Amino acid sequence: MGGTGKLSLIGRRLLQAVPSLIGIVIVTFVLTRALPGDPAAYFAGPAADEQSIAEIRTALGLDGSLPEQFWAYVTDLAQGDLGVSISTGRPVVEEIFERLPASLELTLTGLLLAIAIALPLGILAATRPNSWVDHLCRVVVTAGVSLPVFFTGLFFVYVFYFVVDVVPSPIGRLDIFSLAPPRVTGFYLIDSLLVGDFQTFGAAAAQLALPAITMAMFVLAPLARMTRGSMLQVLGSEFIRTANANGLERRTILYTYAFRNALLPILTTLGMVFSFMLGANVLVEKVFAWPGIGSFAVNALVVSDFAAVQGFVLSMAILFVMLNLTIDVLYTLIDPRVGIEG
Amino acid sequence: MKRRDFLKSSSLLMGAGVLPLLKHVPAHAAGREDTIVVVLANGPNSMDIHRKGTNRPSYAIAVNLYDRLVGYGSKTLANGTTMYDFETIEPELAESWELAPDGMSVTFKLRPDATFHDGSPVTADDVKWSFDRAVSVGGFPTVQMKAGSLLKPEQFTAVDATTFKIDFIEKSKLTIPDLGVPVPIIINAKEANKHATADDPWATEYLHRTPLGGGAFKLERWDPGQQVVYTRFDDWKSGPLPGVKRVIIREVPSASTRRALLEKGDADVSLDLPAKDFRELADAGKVSVQGAPIENSMSALGLNMNFEPFQKKLVRQAVAYAIPYDDIFEVAAFGRGVKMNGGTSFKPTTTDWPQPFPYDTDYDKARELLAEAGYKDGFEVPLSFNLGLADWSEPAALLVQEGLGKVGIKSTLDKIPGANWRTKALVEKSLPLHLKNFGGWLNYADYYFFWVYQYGHLFNSMNYKNDEIEALVNSTLKLEVGDPAYKPNVLRMIEIAFDEVPLIPFYQPFLDVATQKNVSGYEYWFHRQLDARALAKKS
Repeated sequence: MGGTGKLSLIGRRLLQAVPSLIGIVIVTFVLTRALPGDPAAYFAGPAADEQSIAEIRTALGLDGSLPEQFWAYVTDLAQGDLGVSISTGRPVVEEIFERLPASLELTLTGLLLAIAIALPLGILAATRPNSWVDHLCRVVVTAGVSLPVFFTGLFFVYVFYFVVDVVPSPIGRLDIFSLAPPRVTGFYLIDSLLVGDFQTFGAAAAQLALPAITMAMFVLAPLARMTRGSMLQVLGSEFIRTANANGLERRTILYTYAFRNALLPILTTLGMVFSFMLGANVLVEKVFAWPGIGSFAVNALVVSDFAAVQGFVLSMAILFVMLNLTIDVLYTLIDPRVGIEG
Repeated sequence: MKRRDFLKSSSLLMGAGVLPLLKHVPAHAAGREDTIVVVLANGPNSMDIHRKGTNRPSYAIAVNLYDRLVGYGSKTLANGTTMYDFETIEPELAESWELAPDGMSVTFKLRPDATFHDGSPVTADDVKWSFDRAVSVGGFPTVQMKAGSLLKPEQFTAVDATTFKIDFIEKSKLTIPDLGVPVPIIINAKEANKHATADDPWATEYLHRTPLGGGAFKLERWDPGQQVVYTRFDDWKSGPLPGVKRVIIREVPSASTRRALLEKGDADVSLDLPAKDFRELADAGKVSVQGAPIENSMSALGLNMNFEPFQKKLVRQAVAYAIPYDDIFEVAAFGRGVKMNGGTSFKPTTTDWPQPFPYDTDYDKARELLAEAGYKDGFEVPLSFNLGLADWSEPAALLVQEGLGKVGIKSTLDKIPGANWRTKALVEKSLPLHLKNFGGWLNYADYYFFWVYQYGHLFNSMNYKNDEIEALVNSTLKLEVGDPAYKPNVLRMIEIAFDEVPLIPFYQPFLDVATQKNVSGYEYWFHRQLDARALAKKS
């Protein structure tokens, strides 16, 4: 299995994604039109009459027949134009460009945090079944599963902001008196470091801490559980017994043999967990006034902002294609049995 | 490290002049004392109130960044809240005006020293262009101008640099007040024209993102979906200079977070909280809560005439007697409103609107009326409400359901999300029983009747039709309040509304705002947005 094999795998996967993307374009178009709401009536304002609603309908391009509207949408799409979101008044591309990094920064930080806690916890719990670590793992898992994110979010705000006062006010990515760093990646943590602005880095990190922990709490449970279960299974298998019998060092057994084999299901869970997180984002974003893509999409849906909903679903679809691809490639790195043919 | 220490240490660092930190100086320079931080649920989606699809929070942009020819005076309510005074029209950009002897035109004298934010003088040509734009772009601004009988560009003339004349098509008491609403803003026409194209003669694309006004505040930055920052326009001539140098308006979608920010002192003003929070904040007394009843507005139950039982007046009256008004006032409004039940007589004596209807909770009477109408065993009806207004309408709907259940009317709750609501309730008018809360900008009973009780009009979601109301509203809408026919006409309208009850009001809601105690100058406005011009902050 060489580099070219992997490249062709990637190429093939990308090609396979094309039909699903086309399907998504059609389905989102039809679904948004099937929504019972009338955006023209909504955006015509409080005192609209028939005529002004009709004018808005024309301005929104909603006066043509469905095939006409679809054709217009597809031709715009081909030029990379996702239309203008009527609820925010800006081009959808601009909104996604601005908001997606905010959501990703939050999600990824949360995910990394969760991994950093869940994996060691799961491994420790698996190697010492029924010890206090195992019980701790169980408690964390149960708590994480049973507490909804908006609750943990509000609870954290109440405790750490309102009562104890150790975090800045939950008003988005930066406090009121800081300015965003010059944009390179859209991730404030990275962008501020790129220009060596540690003060903004600190401000951004402080704002990020609480929402990221909230997110991490949410996904800790499945990750820790999966790590524990998968490790237990691998540790009980024959090759580990063989390794033990051969007197290999415990470290080597644990990390080189057991963990690597246990990683596959963990990786699968990670992929799923990531998609959960993008969903859970919406609630966390609302609580922490995070200007992310989730709250944008929900608002757009409520007011039947077609262009915004379509753009959101499409960009999420692309994101998922990339995510699945990354995970598939990681599989081949971890497990030689997952061949390029597979 | 505590947040305040963090801020302190960061400003110390800046004092030391560390180079990379210089970019923060402008933000800090104005300081916390001269800055008001406002948190609200939704921010503006455009800098141009004339644009199609502009949302309500954007009206605040028109109010604070632009001038109109005239504004309104203010008055203080019994509870200490200041509100605008509909009856006094005050100069804004126009220093004076004069009605023609025949009453068919008005001539405004502009302030000769007024300038736009870019320093260029405001001329009558700018006013003419702006008015032409408002009546020509279509949609909401054009409809609002029409309410004041301002229909076409030919009505507006720039007589000389500082004289502007409006010719009336018809005499209407609404014309001059309509010039003080957020819509007829004065735009810098010279600058706007540079960005006009053949397809876009009114520069809507440019003005959507860039305000070109001469109002009390200039736009410092706008991050859509996140924040708007105003800075004071120090050369403002159209009124007393604002008390604060900067206003930062942040969007915080979660009401709990907004409340925490305010109680913690990180926000100076919090808008859009649920009534429950306002009541608790008011009771706790740490911050100041100011509320004024929203003019010309009622939270009410609409009965659709397309639904057979509601075609009978007796059934509608029965429903009006089966509403647990007091519970709704406590649980849905948390007492933040004025009750609209328990009026004393079916014969109104004042033209005040809204005023309490002569109904109260009386289940026996309701049962009697239902029996008389031939619905002894009741009927079934879906009860709809707008999910976007769930914080008051959901508890109200549950209580209505309970009340109706006691007299044998079974109702099922039907929650409808925002965009669908308009279509179903207002455009299709297909909801048999629904909760609504229309509020008219111009504070006259006949204006409310025009929108809500006249057949076919947008907010007549009840499909109510009464020939006498049609005739009364048509003949009254343009009458001056002082006209001898005005009072009897309006009294008759209200009397019909009492008797026929296609719309059963619960209460007149408050518009509440919570501020820190050192913030003064809040004023209630009919447009329900924050006018930052009068705000001040004691350190």
